[in-house]
Amino acid sequence: MRNKVNLAKDKFMTGVFYAVAGFFLLLLFAFAGYVIIKGFGGAKLYMFSFTRSGIGNQFFNTVYLVFLSLVISVPIGIMAGIYMAEYAKEGKITKFLRICIETLSSLPSIVVGLFGYLVFIVATHQQWNLFSGALAVAILSLPLIATTTEDAFRSLPDSYKKGSIGMGATLRQTIITVLLPAAAPRIITGVILAAGRGFGEAAALLYTAGMSTDINWSSWNLASPTCALNPFRPGETLALNIWASRTEALGADATQIANLSSAVLMVMVLAFSLLAHVLEHRIRRNMGEKA
Amino acid sequence: MRVNDNTIRADEDLYEMQADRIDKSLEKDADHTDDSTASRVSEKFSVKDLNLHYGTFHALKDVSIDIDTNAITALIGPSGCGKSTFLKTLNRMNDFEEGIKIEGSVQLDGQEIYDRAMNPIELRQRVGMVFQQPNPFPKTIYDNVAYGPRIRGIHKKSELDEIVEKALTEVGIWDEMKDRLKKSALGLSGGQQQRLCIARTLAVSPEVILMDEPTSALDPISTMKIEDLAMELKKKYTIVIVTHNMQQANRISDKTAFFLLGELIEYGKTSDIFLNPKNKKTEEYITGRFG
Repeated sequence: MRNKVNLAKDKFMTGVFYAVAGFFLLLLFAFAGYVIIKGFGGAKLYMFSFTRSGIGNQFFNTVYLVFLSLVISVPIGIMAGIYMAEYAKEGKITKFLRICIETLSSLPSIVVGLFGYLVFIVATHQQWNLFSGALAVAILSLPLIATTTEDAFRSLPDSYKKGSIGMGATLRQTIITVLLPAAAPRIITGVILAAGRGFGEAAALLYTAGMSTDINWSSWNLASPTCALNPFRPGETLALNIWASRTEALGADATQIANLSSAVLMVMVLAFSLLAHVLEHRIRRNMGEKA
Repeated sequence: MRVNDNTIRADEDLYEMQADRIDKSLEKDADHTDDSTASRVSEKFSVKDLNLHYGTFHALKDVSIDIDTNAITALIGPSGCGKSTFLKTLNRMNDFEEGIKIEGSVQLDGQEIYDRAMNPIELRQRVGMVFQQPNPFPKTIYDNVAYGPRIRGIHKKSELDEIVEKALTEVGIWDEMKDRLKKSALGLSGGQQQRLCIARTLAVSPEVILMDEPTSALDPISTMKIEDLAMELKKKYTIVIVTHNMQQANRISDKTAFFLLGELIEYGKTSDIFLNPKNKKTEEYITGRFG
């Protein structure tokens, strides 16, 4: 009798968990479907163009800005994580550093944006530019990359390090040739999350990257303020474009542009994480973890 | 009497010195097999009045022991008796343990191991180590064996190929491995992994191989193969092995040392220890009355 009651309870709870999971799955699909159908449904061809009236330029700016921010945050973040995992001795300074990293990771992005505005723009007498935006986004993603790297290193079996040191390798050689490759899959996951945050960031870019949509695709002079690859030109990203179109834009199709931007942004983030997961899986397979 | 407070990080300056010594140590490695039979003194290690503390715990008490060249020395004793701790003092693997204090003299070929002049990196190249759990790196079989030579600056493919083949042949798995050198080492069986780890150690031509219960994680057939291998290897190398397996010590070692509660109770020819133990405790232990 008791067993029957327990079994019934068990079945009931299992049902509850399935229902909750199903609800969230449904919510996700409904949300994604709504954004994609609304976005691409009413889109007109010119909206895809790489001109001021399309969102092609914003698309490019988004990719370029995230790329720039990763160039800054990935090496620094990984080095910081390695320091925390392998070199830092437990003590006051390490504790303080850890608090700093935690605080940094919970900073509101608008604060980072305003900080970026004051330091990268006002103090340096620059106009709004992509590089400053990338720096702001890098500040936001640094803690994530640093902590994932630290966790990845700490979760490696101690035997890797012992084996390498026991053969007369230095700590530096051990880190570079054994530990870092072994930790790579998890670090990549952290970088993906950081990039995802960069793709969707708007508040930190308001006063740093600016909202120019001007790119002269026929000019490849890096010094030109409208050259696509010039990191010191202002540039509006997709996320910022959504905000701008819904608040400031006056055009008749502003709403549709915002919808399309949302849809493109979502597909982009999705494609990026899929790609990164494939990459991570491939590295793990090459190492023999999933033979 | 020497006192060493070893901190967890090996000295970076010593790493620098190591680079200069690579060439020298390679030359020495190349011809060490010739002079080992002729001119070398018969004891490889000479330990006198070794005391080791972990914090307040007195782990090794006044240990004095000479370890023979080109012989197998077995260290036996119940868990926590200090045999593994002693093994680690022979190549300074305990540099990485915190709060450790070592007093006394440990000499390798007449040279103080805990002297400032001794570079721990160079020491571990001469005194290799095989661990309880097979610990291949998450790399290919080839890269595992080539790891040691590579960190010593050998990058020529033909040279590495030769070293890898020689090392794998020495441990008797070349024929099984030659067609799968580019496969991950993590896909091998436990016994194969352990022999790969021994090959990895041999690839840098050490003088001594320390084995910390190398067969305790293996099945009987793999254990037998490792034992046969150890008997074969002692012709060229000095082997010190920690084992919980009394029969194993009896089968393969030339000399046996019995540790109890941090003290070296009895040390002598294996046949004497097992047939005519002088100490009552030794007798009780090897006949299985405690431990």
